[in-house]
Amino acid sequence: MLLTVRDLTKTFPGTLALDGVRFDLRAGEVHALLGENGAGKSTLIKCLTGVHLRDRGEIKLDGTPVSPTSTLEAQELGIGTVYQEVNLLPNLTVAENLTFGRQPTRFGMVSGRRMRAMAEEMLAGYGLDHVNVSRELGSYSVAVQQIVAIARAVALSGKVLILDEPTASLDARETETLFDVVRGLRERGLGIVFISHFLDQVYDLSDRLTVLRNGKHIITAETGGMERLDLIHHMLGHELEEAEHRGVAARSRGAELLRFEGIARRGKVEPFDLTVHRGEVIGLAGLLGSGRTETADTLFGRTPPDQGTARDDTGDIDLTTPRAAIAAGFGYAPEDRKTDGIVAELSVRENIALALQARRGWARPIPRHEQKALAEDYIRRLDIRTSDAEKAVGDLSGGNQQKVVLARWLAMNPRFLILDEPTRGIDVGAHAEILRLIGELTDEGMSILLISSEFDELIAASDRVIVVRDRRHVSQLVGEEVETDRIIRAIADHAPVEGAAT
Amino acid sequence: MKTSALPLYATIAIFLIAYFLCYLQFPFMLSTRVIGNLLTDNAYLGIIAVGMTIVILSGGIDLSVGSVIAFSGVFIAVLLRDTGLHPLAVFVLLLAVTTAFGAAMGALIHGLDMPPFIVTLAGMFLARGAAYMLTIDSVPIEAPFYDFLQDLYYKMPGGGRFTLIAVIMLLAVAGGMILAHRTRFGTAVYAIGGGAHTARLMGVAVGRTTVMIYAFSGFMAGLSGIVFSIYTGSGYPLATVGTELTAIATVVIGGTLLTGGAGYVFGTLIGVLTMGLIQTYIVFDGSLSSWWTKIVIGGLLLLFILLQKGLLSVGQRQQGEAG
Repeated sequence: MLLTVRDLTKTFPGTLALDGVRFDLRAGEVHALLGENGAGKSTLIKCLTGVHLRDRGEIKLDGTPVSPTSTLEAQELGIGTVYQEVNLLPNLTVAENLTFGRQPTRFGMVSGRRMRAMAEEMLAGYGLDHVNVSRELGSYSVAVQQIVAIARAVALSGKVLILDEPTASLDARETETLFDVVRGLRERGLGIVFISHFLDQVYDLSDRLTVLRNGKHIITAETGGMERLDLIHHMLGHELEEAEHRGVAARSRGAELLRFEGIARRGKVEPFDLTVHRGEVIGLAGLLGSGRTETADTLFGRTPPDQGTARDDTGDIDLTTPRAAIAAGFGYAPEDRKTDGIVAELSVRENIALALQARRGWARPIPRHEQKALAEDYIRRLDIRTSDAEKAVGDLSGGNQQKVVLARWLAMNPRFLILDEPTRGIDVGAHAEILRLIGELTDEGMSILLISSEFDELIAASDRVIVVRDRRHVSQLVGEEVETDRIIRAIADHAPVEGAAT
Repeated sequence: MKTSALPLYATIAIFLIAYFLCYLQFPFMLSTRVIGNLLTDNAYLGIIAVGMTIVILSGGIDLSVGSVIAFSGVFIAVLLRDTGLHPLAVFVLLLAVTTAFGAAMGALIHGLDMPPFIVTLAGMFLARGAAYMLTIDSVPIEAPFYDFLQDLYYKMPGGGRFTLIAVIMLLAVAGGMILAHRTRFGTAVYAIGGGAHTARLMGVAVGRTTVMIYAFSGFMAGLSGIVFSIYTGSGYPLATVGTELTAIATVVIGGTLLTGGAGYVFGTLIGVLTMGLIQTYIVFDGSLSSWWTKIVIGGLLLLFILLQKGLLSVGQRQQGEAG
């Protein structure tokens, strides 16, 4: 074994990020590391590369115990990492990036000629003959930058190469080029850890795989012998013995409210059609990075669609900016409410009044007493637990913060509300309340697009569920079809599915 | 051709065109006297601008340099007046003080993770205050060694004087060019300007480099203070108020990106000379108010900011097509 990890444990305040994890890597293999958000993948990588110090456990490289305390030290030991965001400097030349820290010098001065020769030597064999090492790295495409990063990591470390979602911003052709490079390195006897959300790529490239979930080691197996369905079960950890209770009785479908046709955004989400009816909840299911949030961002104009149309019964809808989407009666409570949803320093009242004020224009302030009445109304209706409306939102619990975000949108009275992971990080009681609230809102005629990793939640709340995979809307489940088993099948199914969701 | 070198070419082109236009109107502008004075009059500015270029390349800023020049002048003048030290010993002492002052600011910036703006702003007030503590008057320097330094020049054909302080400035520029473009330290400076986080991942000792960057700027400010004291023959605590801003302007006009990571030390020299040229033109013209210097500098700054922004977006588009 090239690399052996035993009983690795790491705690952060309040969470056990890694709990006795084991992992091993042979020389000359590609080993995929899989898991959903919070599974512990990145913590494991950071412990290996010296970013975090482990609490307990053992890491052996070539049979020798190692404890790198910095990325530099890990590099010198032989563990190199290439991240999703290229961690090189676009303002330096390719040669400077490759030789950084090891530039050949004479009398303290860098020799440009020898540096370029060294860089060209490092790049040989990566199929980058067209690259001029004297040009700035930033003038080349992300794929080239990614390969340059790999060349640097291999030259510096040369034993273990960790690829953390290297393909996330590459297209299919670039991905193939990158994979050829990785396969070449495997031939040379490197041990490669490959992290990706794209299962197709995992099956395409890796020899073995390891699944982590909630900081625990779940399974290590040969990739060839692992069924997709089983793999997804391991990743999501759902037991299928019981059919979940379905919260919504089959409701009659309301009138058509919105119709999206061929909406797409290059590099984010493939073209999809979506029809929204009055008073329905549409669930959006899929693995992390499959295109759920990207769908929401595109519909709300946060990353405006570059093709496709949106229409309601009065005509076309402009989706080029969030402001336009808000004007069209859309609302969006994003996944990361701490950075995108609330203004932590402002009070509950100010947060609730924010969007409404933005729509009125700053020249016409909402009178203080109206704001107060508004805030108190929602505090009562949504049962927001706060001592009073003037408390800073940052001091509330997660569930109550989420309710404030909801209240802000409800004050706008949107007809179409997008909720991305509305129950993440909130306690069970608040969880149930938010689901109840979704029910009430749709009874009043609002339409909701609900994104969630919790299948139970999707099943309990949605009239229908759309499954996304690899940035594509692959299938739709309606009414009685909405059950965990079928959702997982749809995610696992890798044959192209005809007729994306409508 | 490197896209990032375009502002440098633009700077050189603007300087040459401007000089040519001045020459057309006043042929005497091309004499060695004017050129010699151009270098001598702007020597102190050129020296701090070299230090400022390194600081700005790393994505930082040093607001203290103007005050440090004033402090240096007063420090030298008072020490020469009140002690029997030889001026060279005073120079060494002064450079040690200003370098340590810069290093301390660098250490604070890195150690407390504070914005360079605020730390060097504090440094600016401290240095100015220290200058006032030494004296509130203008103190003349009467050491014979100073007369010797002031009379040290090479008489060029045509009567122009190539003075010692002009030589010091050109040496400082040459030193800065080697430091920025030909050493590992220089690459580390560009790396930090390109992204401190990434630089750290690539193995740059960010803390040490930051301290060295501001120490270098402090050293250059001290050197500039010496040059300024030779130039004026006195120390005055109210001297060079706002010079740090002029230095920043010359760096940007010289084609260095204010956000760091791209630029050339040589461009800064051209920036300094451009500024000097405008002042010389106003002197030649005689009817223009000296405030026109500020207006032209303002216009040039705006032009370069737009140029860099334009180049940036062109570069991104090219990359988009390539990708």
